[in-house]
Amino acid sequence: MVNYLLRRVVNFLIMVALASTLGYVLASLAFDPSANYQGANPPIPQSTINAKLDNLGVNPAKPLLRRYLNWAGDVLSGDFGLSVGEQRVNEELSRRIWVSLRLLVLGSIIGSLAGVALGVVSAVRQYGLTDRAASVLSFSLLSTPVFLLAILLKFGAIELNNRIGTTFFFTIGEYSADFSGNGWELLLNRLQHLILPTLSIALGGIAFYSRYQRNAMLDVLGSDFLRTARAKGLSRRQSLFRHGLRVAILPMATFFAYSFGLLVTGAPFTETIFGWNGMGSWFITAVQSNDINSVSAVIVFSSVLVLLSGLIADIAVAILDPRVRLR
Amino acid sequence: MTVVQTEVGEQTSERLTRSALIRLRFFRNRLAVAGVVILAMMFLLAFVGPFFSKHRWDELDFLALLQPPSQEHWFGTSQIGGDVFALTIRGLQKSLIIGLLVAVFSTGLAAIAGGFAGYLGGKVDRSVMWLIDALLVLPSFLIIAVMSPLYRGRTWLVFVVLLAAFGWMVTARIVRSATMSLRERDFVRAAQYMGVPVRKIVFRHLLPNVASILIIDATLNVGATILSETGLSYLGFGVQPPDVSLGSLIAEGTASALTYPWLFMFAGSALILTVLAVSFIGDGLRDAFDPGSNKSKKKSKAS
Amino acid sequence: MNTPSSASNLIEIRNLSVTFPSEAGIVRAVRDVSLDIRAGEVLGIVGESGSGKTVMSLSMIGLLAESASITGSISYNGVNLLELNDNEMSKYRGKDIAMVFQDPLSALNPVHTIGRQMAEALHVHGDYSSEAALRRAIELLEIVGIPRPAERAQSYPHEFSGGMRQRVMIALAIANQPKVILADEPTTALDVTVQAQILDVLKTARDMTGAAVVLVTHDLGVVAGLADRVAIMYGGKVVEIGNVNDVYSSPAMPYTIGLLRSIPRIDDAGSSRLASIDGAPPSPVALPPGCAFAPRCPAAAPECDASVPELVSITPSRMTACVRQTDIAGLQSSGKLFAEIPRHVALQSVTEGVALEVRGLRKTFPLLKGSVLRRRVGSVFAVDGVDLTLREGRSLALVGESGCGKTTTLLEILNMVAPEAGTITVLGRNVAELSRKQRLEMRKDLQIVFQDPFASLDPRLPIGDAIAEPLDNFGMPKVEQNQRVMELLELVGLQRDHASRYPSEFSGGQRQRIAIARSLALNPKVIALDEPVSALDVSVRAGVLNLLAELQEKLKLSYLFVSHDLAVVQHVADDIAVMYLGGIVESGPVDEVFAKPQHPYTQALLSAVPIPDPKVERVRKRIILQGDLPSPANPPAGCRFHTRCQVRATLPAEVAATCVSDRPELVLRNASLVACHAPLN
Ligand SMILES: Nc1ncnc2c1ncn2[C@@H]1O[C@H](COP(=O)(O)OP(=O)(O)OP(=O)(O)O)[C@@H](O)[C@H]1O
Ligand code: SF4
Ligand code: SF4
Ligand SMILES: [Mg+2]
Repeated sequence: MVNYLLRRVVNFLIMVALASTLGYVLASLAFDPSANYQGANPPIPQSTINAKLDNLGVNPAKPLLRRYLNWAGDVLSGDFGLSVGEQRVNEELSRRIWVSLRLLVLGSIIGSLAGVALGVVSAVRQYGLTDRAASVLSFSLLSTPVFLLAILLKFGAIELNNRIGTTFFFTIGEYSADFSGNGWELLLNRLQHLILPTLSIALGGIAFYSRYQRNAMLDVLGSDFLRTARAKGLSRRQSLFRHGLRVAILPMATFFAYSFGLLVTGAPFTETIFGWNGMGSWFITAVQSNDINSVSAVIVFSSVLVLLSGLIADIAVAILDPRVRLR
Repeated sequence: MTVVQTEVGEQTSERLTRSALIRLRFFRNRLAVAGVVILAMMFLLAFVGPFFSKHRWDELDFLALLQPPSQEHWFGTSQIGGDVFALTIRGLQKSLIIGLLVAVFSTGLAAIAGGFAGYLGGKVDRSVMWLIDALLVLPSFLIIAVMSPLYRGRTWLVFVVLLAAFGWMVTARIVRSATMSLRERDFVRAAQYMGVPVRKIVFRHLLPNVASILIIDATLNVGATILSETGLSYLGFGVQPPDVSLGSLIAEGTASALTYPWLFMFAGSALILTVLAVSFIGDGLRDAFDPGSNKSKKKSKAS
Repeated sequence: MNTPSSASNLIEIRNLSVTFPSEAGIVRAVRDVSLDIRAGEVLGIVGESGSGKTVMSLSMIGLLAESASITGSISYNGVNLLELNDNEMSKYRGKDIAMVFQDPLSALNPVHTIGRQMAEALHVHGDYSSEAALRRAIELLEIVGIPRPAERAQSYPHEFSGGMRQRVMIALAIANQPKVILADEPTTALDVTVQAQILDVLKTARDMTGAAVVLVTHDLGVVAGLADRVAIMYGGKVVEIGNVNDVYSSPAMPYTIGLLRSIPRIDDAGSSRLASIDGAPPSPVALPPGCAFAPRCPAAAPECDASVPELVSITPSRMTACVRQTDIAGLQSSGKLFAEIPRHVALQSVTEGVALEVRGLRKTFPLLKGSVLRRRVGSVFAVDGVDLTLREGRSLALVGESGCGKTTTLLEILNMVAPEAGTITVLGRNVAELSRKQRLEMRKDLQIVFQDPFASLDPRLPIGDAIAEPLDNFGMPKVEQNQRVMELLELVGLQRDHASRYPSEFSGGQRQRIAIARSLALNPKVIALDEPVSALDVSVRAGVLNLLAELQEKLKLSYLFVSHDLAVVQHVADDIAVMYLGGIVESGPVDEVFAKPQHPYTQALLSAVPIPDPKVERVRKRIILQGDLPSPANPPAGCRFHTRCQVRATLPAEVAATCVSDRPELVLRNASLVACHAPLN
């Protein structure tokens, strides 16, 4: 097990290195950082621009390999460099990382738990009312892009707030800037801000997991070992919960890893629409402002996140499935 | 699996051919049929609609700014006097074309990469899998967004190429594992021992046998592509103005959508309906091609 | 009806019919079956795939798919089981009626320990404390012959071999002292030597519990050894039922007669060919109007199609379903029913050329670990030290249990590249010295027929194209190709107009004929046959075997015949090579080896094969080997068989020691080559 983990971690680091290299190189090729200084009035002299670009370490006059090696060396020593606004990327990163993590972790936990539960119920009552309703719901959710879902949630909440006359759901920001409560009130305020963005992330997860869990469960329903359990004298329900569920949950761990990638994709939309200052919205502004260093930082972050979820999934499978324990 | 085949296979006369059976199963599936109907309507709307539209999508009516739907402007008008109906069908057209093109290219790419990797195994397989793993670490959304300055101001076909280039990996994996199990099948071995060359084995024996996977995935890829395309366009990283896609229309519309809902409602519904229709079709195809996966599994046990 | 209902009947099945909806139409799996199961008896139910055996046994334990519709009654202790709901039926399952399934590999839950799954069976029906349940579970494991049961109870199913898992299944079945044990093909997925072990355990289980056993199988040999009564099923109906001895010695219904005459016997090569029953078993969605066997029955007459024949008594203990029952005996004695045709005799060509020679062949597979940074952590010695000689015009059978390396040997030969170690010589040419072009040329002479005719034909190619593929490959013009395809179709007994049809339109036997036609397309000299009939229905096997014999005679072919079915080998082969764990342990002429097996493994193997004749089968002395086939990743040192050898224990200590230290070479003893340190007895 230890051996296995060690090997996975090595592999993990290689993959992160690969992904961040790809990110940095692509961003350097695609972005024109000097564009930020063009068209200013009065025009900024070329020498000043060059100095600024050198300061950021993104001057295209230098060979790409040199720039990359400098950047990579800094990153290895824990420094992500300067953003276009000449702020330290590290600071921005440490501020934003928790905002996104809160959203993603909570969203994926809620999404996976609720989705699995819904999938199990659907499979057990195949073709029943719950199953049909769940199917239609998941299909619709899976066909709605995150940005549209977030917008609809937002409008729905505004509508609801108007109906009930007070602001129950907050649709902008992580907490009310002018809020001055403490303790529970602060927590409640944060929760009121959290609900909608989390939901916009979680709903997709629910749809995704419930479909897969339903199929996995149905596969297990036809399996030989479930028939053995019933031949022993267990009723249908007992055999399902004692034998079926445990086996049907195994493939979900793998899907968990996969769906995290989807979540990371969803975050930029959710964060922009609900005005959260997380990694996602940072990514978008960074692309728009040709900010190579910031974009690269986000890419490192998201590759770590995706790979980490894969690692966790593998460990979960190793714990749950005795067949892979001895690798 | 042989059990089912024997039961059916013993019958030498009057049996349904495989394709007839698939058609039968597909058209028995109400959602799938609904999907076909909706999608057909969307195509009609997108490609025949312009002939009936009173306005062109790039024409501005300065006398009618932010008008609600009316006789003259069926879906109302935008802030600068654009006809929302014409804009919506233009956007739908773009999104559909991009979805189709990308699905065809990426599925083709996936078939070739997955087919050869799965059949040849060894070094080829390992390199292809490495590439797939590496590309899957970064969500393709991020990569394409980063590359968006490269095609700003160029033809949208570059965008199509990028979407396809970063959209083939999951399907390739599925094709690869299907090919790997087919490779062990005796008809492939038989071909090898008759001296049939690799290329011919892959194209003549393997890929036709995973055709069902390819068809299903191509369909589902249409939906997935439309979702990524509109997402990127929503953020301004996709289809570039002055051209429009459903994503960019929704982005423009949301700013004032609470007061002027027609600005984004039609584009939003068209988007959801299209993707929904595509996934109904994909799901129906899967059930039709592979009924053994769930429901009819029980039957095979009866011998 | 059956014998009049009596107190000794445990289960009475009356007019049971089971149907399933399907896309092709209604599947009539069981049709109007009435049958009694008596207390303590062993009832064999024999039938080919699709004849309704499994459905019938599942309906007794109430585990049919929900889509099934069932009519009739199954009464147990005066209770009609078909009227119970699932919860009520659960009380009977495992307690009164228990079941052992066919595939032990998938029948146990992979994520729970064996002990836990056993204890669960006890908890469901009895009041056990956790410790008591575990103690009893261990006891049961001991009874079914699991070594070190206390320790093994902590293991997971994947740590057990197939045979061990089937023992666990039997332990589960007897846990609550049931009155009836339903065993559905309990040994079909296992090797013969393991099958012998499991049948032994089943007997113990029966003796211990006194339960009636319903033994469902397609293997007439297994039934002959174990059953008191036997019921023959065909097309969803019981067509003959009676005491085992009577049915085997004087089968009355034409299907039973044909079936018994179509199976080869290991104890008697026979002087005539196997009877072959034309056609294939009927599809349960399109059964003939009258007797289901009519389309294949040599005695069929117009009245057979009028209505479905009823099961009627012909003697007090015997019932058959045939409207022409009174005429059958006469037809049989006048040779009109499955007439005997003299058997093909091999060319006596011992002095002539060698078609294929293999010396010291070795093939190892790397044992890899890790998904990305793959490392080799060991080797699987799939084949290690195989010597074979196939003479022209003869058939050499390579036999052995699954996993012993038969297929690997065959594929190594067919690859025609230099092996890891050893030499392969095809028609006098060492394959290691062939150039690419020569190798392609050689492929014409060496062709293969695979085990599973459903897998060996591309489902998307019309069979004419499939047969023409090798011709096309070697550049034959299209017109000549068509000509040749027609010739070949006729040669294997198919029709010319079949060429444009797809494989799915053919039955298993027909498909195997197509595969044979394809292998013949290039006029090969040697054909490798990998288990060519083991995937086929019992009643169509004989037809394919006879075809192979005929073709060999006509085309002067040499066959390399891989099989695990010794009875088939006895019937078709001239020479035999017995393989164990990657190496040949004995080889020689078939008659010699079967009559006087010299290697302990060959002896055990031959004794484990059941003979479809109750009189012979019941008095036979059987060698039951200990344990399972060791893993080829870690083969035993010295003689690879020493961990299971029954002879070694009887040897003087110093010889027994060499068994562990030195690997025996093949040496000539009498007419055979044998690899064993023990002196000839
Ligand atoms: N590609 C492979 N990688 C690792 N081990 C393999 C591979 N192919 C075969 N083996 C192992 O080699 C041994 C011999 O296999 P082979 O398929 O030749 O047996 P067989 O006698 O033909 O069995 P069966 O009767 O089941 O077909 C087995 O233990 C098998 O697990
Ligand atoms: S009823 Fe007729 S067809 Fe059927 S077995 Fe008897 S003789 Fe043959
Ligand atoms: S060499 Fe020894 S162990 Fe091997 S078969 Fe002969 S007697 Fe048995
Ligand atoms: Mg094999």
